[in-house]
Amino acid sequence: MFRIAIVGAGPGGMSAAARAAELGVPHVLLEQSAAHANTIQRYQKGKHVMAEPNVLPLRSPLPFAAGVREHILEEWGTGLDRLGVNLRCQSEVTRIEGERGDFILTLKSGESLRAEHVIFSIGVQGNPRRLGVPGDDLPCVQYTLDDPDDYQGETIVVVGAGDAAIENAIALARQNRVFIVNRAEEFARVKDGNLSLILKAIEDETLGCFYKSSCLSVTATASAEAPYLLTLATPEGDTAVPCHRIIARIGAVPPRKFVESCGIHFPSADAAALPELSAQYESNVSGLYVIGALGGYPLIKQAMNQGYEVVSHIQGEAVEPADEPLLAEKFAKLAGGLSVTETLQRMQQRIPLFADVNPLMFRELILGSAVHCPHEGDVVFRRNDYTNSFYTVLDGSVQIELGEGGDSRRITLVAGQFFGEGSLLSGRRRSAAVYAGAGCVLIESPRRDIVKLMNSVDSVRSVIDRLFIVRAIQTGFAPNTPFEVLAPIAARARLNRYKRDEALFKEGEPGDRLHLVRSGSVAVSRNFGGREVTLSYVAAGNYVGEMALLGRTSRSATVRAAVPTETVSLDADAFAELMAHNPALRGDIENVMRKRIVSNAQAQSSDAGGNLISFLMRQGLGEATDVLLIDESLCIGCDNCEQACAATHGGTSRLDRAAGPTFANVHVPTSCRHCENPHCMKDCPPDAIRRAPNGEVYIRDNCIGCGNCERNCPYGVIHMASTPPPQPSLWASLLFGSEAPPVESTGQGKAPKKAVKCDMCKDQSGGPACVRACPTGAALRVSPAEFVEFVSTGVAER
Amino acid sequence: MHQSVLDFERRRYLKIALALCAVSLVAYLWHDPRSPPNGGTWLGYTLGGLGAALILWLTALGVRKRTYTSTLGSLQGWVSAHVYLGLALLLVVSLHAGFQFGWNIHTLCYVLMVVVIASGLLGIVLYQRLPQQLSQNRAQQTSDQMLTELQELDERTRRVAANASPDEVLAIEANIAGTRIGGSTVAILSAQDRSTVRLPDGLAEAEANPGQARILEWLSARLSASDDAGRTRTLTDLVSLIGARRALLRRLQQDARLRGWLSVWLYVHVPVTFGLLGSLIAHVVSVFLYW
Repeated sequence: MFRIAIVGAGPGGMSAAARAAELGVPHVLLEQSAAHANTIQRYQKGKHVMAEPNVLPLRSPLPFAAGVREHILEEWGTGLDRLGVNLRCQSEVTRIEGERGDFILTLKSGESLRAEHVIFSIGVQGNPRRLGVPGDDLPCVQYTLDDPDDYQGETIVVVGAGDAAIENAIALARQNRVFIVNRAEEFARVKDGNLSLILKAIEDETLGCFYKSSCLSVTATASAEAPYLLTLATPEGDTAVPCHRIIARIGAVPPRKFVESCGIHFPSADAAALPELSAQYESNVSGLYVIGALGGYPLIKQAMNQGYEVVSHIQGEAVEPADEPLLAEKFAKLAGGLSVTETLQRMQQRIPLFADVNPLMFRELILGSAVHCPHEGDVVFRRNDYTNSFYTVLDGSVQIELGEGGDSRRITLVAGQFFGEGSLLSGRRRSAAVYAGAGCVLIESPRRDIVKLMNSVDSVRSVIDRLFIVRAIQTGFAPNTPFEVLAPIAARARLNRYKRDEALFKEGEPGDRLHLVRSGSVAVSRNFGGREVTLSYVAAGNYVGEMALLGRTSRSATVRAAVPTETVSLDADAFAELMAHNPALRGDIENVMRKRIVSNAQAQSSDAGGNLISFLMRQGLGEATDVLLIDESLCIGCDNCEQACAATHGGTSRLDRAAGPTFANVHVPTSCRHCENPHCMKDCPPDAIRRAPNGEVYIRDNCIGCGNCERNCPYGVIHMASTPPPQPSLWASLLFGSEAPPVESTGQGKAPKKAVKCDMCKDQSGGPACVRACPTGAALRVSPAEFVEFVSTGVAER
Repeated sequence: MHQSVLDFERRRYLKIALALCAVSLVAYLWHDPRSPPNGGTWLGYTLGGLGAALILWLTALGVRKRTYTSTLGSLQGWVSAHVYLGLALLLVVSLHAGFQFGWNIHTLCYVLMVVVIASGLLGIVLYQRLPQQLSQNRAQQTSDQMLTELQELDERTRRVAANASPDEVLAIEANIAGTRIGGSTVAILSAQDRSTVRLPDGLAEAEANPGQARILEWLSARLSASDDAGRTRTLTDLVSLIGARRALLRRLQQDARLRGWLSVWLYVHVPVTFGLLGSLIAHVVSVFLYW
């Protein structure tokens, strides 16, 4: 019987085991792969691993500081040896039963172990899905490919039809005979670039493809030419493929199912939900602890600290969490002299939205948040700012100023209420200005942390969603109707989600609902001679479908989501009730409608305008807040824009002028669109991607270079680059011919790579350098507000 | 959809340049020196100083263009002013000289200035006309993508040719090897196709093959003589691949031609500017020392 069994030898698990060894506690560290830190072992050679967050001190018997992968792995390896950690590799745990004091862990080999406590640190990557056919345990079957150049002159079968399978197959085909096995009859759901690569490779016969085929068995043969035989079920019957190697890239089984099978409870069905943990990282199963990425802490240092803390806690030592001083510093300006824990409790008591959040999750939220004590009358944010953080009022009050100028009106929010959810959800500018009231204390939480919380705690999501709808209706239709009157109407509203190109409604259908676009944007089109012609585009914060509600019965146009879009829809009854409270509403809506009819008619008369709109929509302008366009009739190809970008951004250009599509002289270069809800922000472990008040999406210095944002960006505008050495000055290169030294691109000594992207020159005076440096005026930046005008004047000039 | 350099800010710098010309001209006509108009009068010195200052400022565009952090106006504005004030310079300096020319350093300076302005004028015309052609010719591809496509096309041609007879394989290889894009400045600027091909049963030396004409002719002769179905198919495929190659080569040559024209005028404009600066110094120094 071990005192502690640790499942998964990642940074968290190793740190826990090292602490146990240091304390002389009987323990076992179980790892399913062949060595410790499997994920980091699989990083490319020489990759620089970073140690964010910098402010957080490290607490572990094992060392860790930013450095090269090899060095870190070696230090951990020697650390484990030195401390005498009981590490067992190739030991996959398949079942955990029992509770505190008596757990039984069953290994894949059938062996079982007993332990008093279990620490779960298996990460979130999951296990690769296996072929699941006889022979899939033969050595020729592998589930990863580290370096395609390791193989030459072999016959290799790649199983799978996703991006990973395609990328592997293409890379291997350079030096090997490669077949790809696709269960379907086409390659759906892959990146456009990969799709064209694989189709081209198949057409050119650089690799072979089995469509609508699946694996039946793998057998070893006596032949040296082809030591294995893969049998496939194909539409033409069973086929045996002699081969050297089979690489299965058929996705990963997320660990959640296994985690749930151990009795651990997840608070919601959402795939992004995190298990509920106590302040000591204990799950609902007593004695079973969850640390690291699985518990919602994706950074190496956090996981290592948690491993240390959990083991100390099990051994009955009172440990103050490593982040305690950080929180204490945050709370220093609060009056009352409460301890960190008391302050956190008070916050949860005072703010109903957070009442049901478990203390650990709440602590994490506050750790990422800022506490402000503004003076009365201070501006919290201004109308039309582009920030997307979320505010809760802890003490005192705030004044929200709706409308502008003489038309404005103030409402007061008191302690326990929240604001800022509009920009958080829609990615649009702030719709109102907010001023601090007397004795005001505010908690400002970054978007990512609130989104994480909404994904995990259903009550938080529903409260925020409900309030969003009421406020959206209030600002959109009924600025003078009090909240209480709107609440029952809002309760009848529906929240709808649409995929790209999905129709909200189609021309000719009976119309009974009006949609308020909450996030994303929609394209309005009409059918002309069997062709759908795009007439206009409607950005988030506006409504569509009003014509059908004002007396007409059928839809006069088709409205599709230009990007993934969310709308709040109101039915005719709810709308009628709104109009009863606001007699002026009908006039307002008729005004909007009149303008729309005119502009649609204009767009209709010029086919080119509609085509330009749909072209730009396909390039992501439907979710852009600012995009760089190049007028090809003026561009002389001097690349001064790229040089200006590089010169003002540490030597690396963030735009590729020549790449990208062109339509009717409008060229969309590969450059950031500053999306309303940036895809790049979705999965950034150190939360380094932020949005500035003017809308710029930028990457902060605490980027760890993981490359998630590069993969998540659908427009390919982020890349990983190391900072090149400084360029010689203009005069030095002119007079003395000085050149910058070459950049070291390989080997141990290379500079760490970080993600770089356009920051719209937010730190430069005078605006974007690319536009300022264009000698002919071909480069211009367009925001959605200018976009419609741009299209109509652009077309008119042709 | 937005302004070209010529229309920048409602032609602000055209107006300034015209005003400058008008003032200079009025002063010149009103001024009645004892000697014939020349650089030695007070007006001559004024116009000369103005001209020299303009030349220095116009040259400074090269520095401003590379000072990427500068917030001193937009580069487009600088270029717009450069164009109009550069043209105005011609009148200002002619008036400064009082239209007196001779075989001396002063006239050399004037001639160099005229060459610079004339080449700049050519640049303006080219910048107005070529970008659109360049964009259309590229058809959404970059130059590199076109080159990659050519390589891929050649790979595919080689694979198809593997089914053809040995001398046809040789001919296809010779055709690829003899392809020329670019070459001399004249060849680039005229988009001449100087490709050659050395055919296995042809002459000892390579034959001209502009627009893939020679290889197409040779292959089609073989195709028309073919009586084997498989062979006919291979040769037909080859002919159509060479046809695609011809179109792509044409586009590449056009691309090189247009890009060449967009930059060739600078090879006159910039070096002669430095010559002009040198002769300007000589002109000013000689005037003050020896006049």
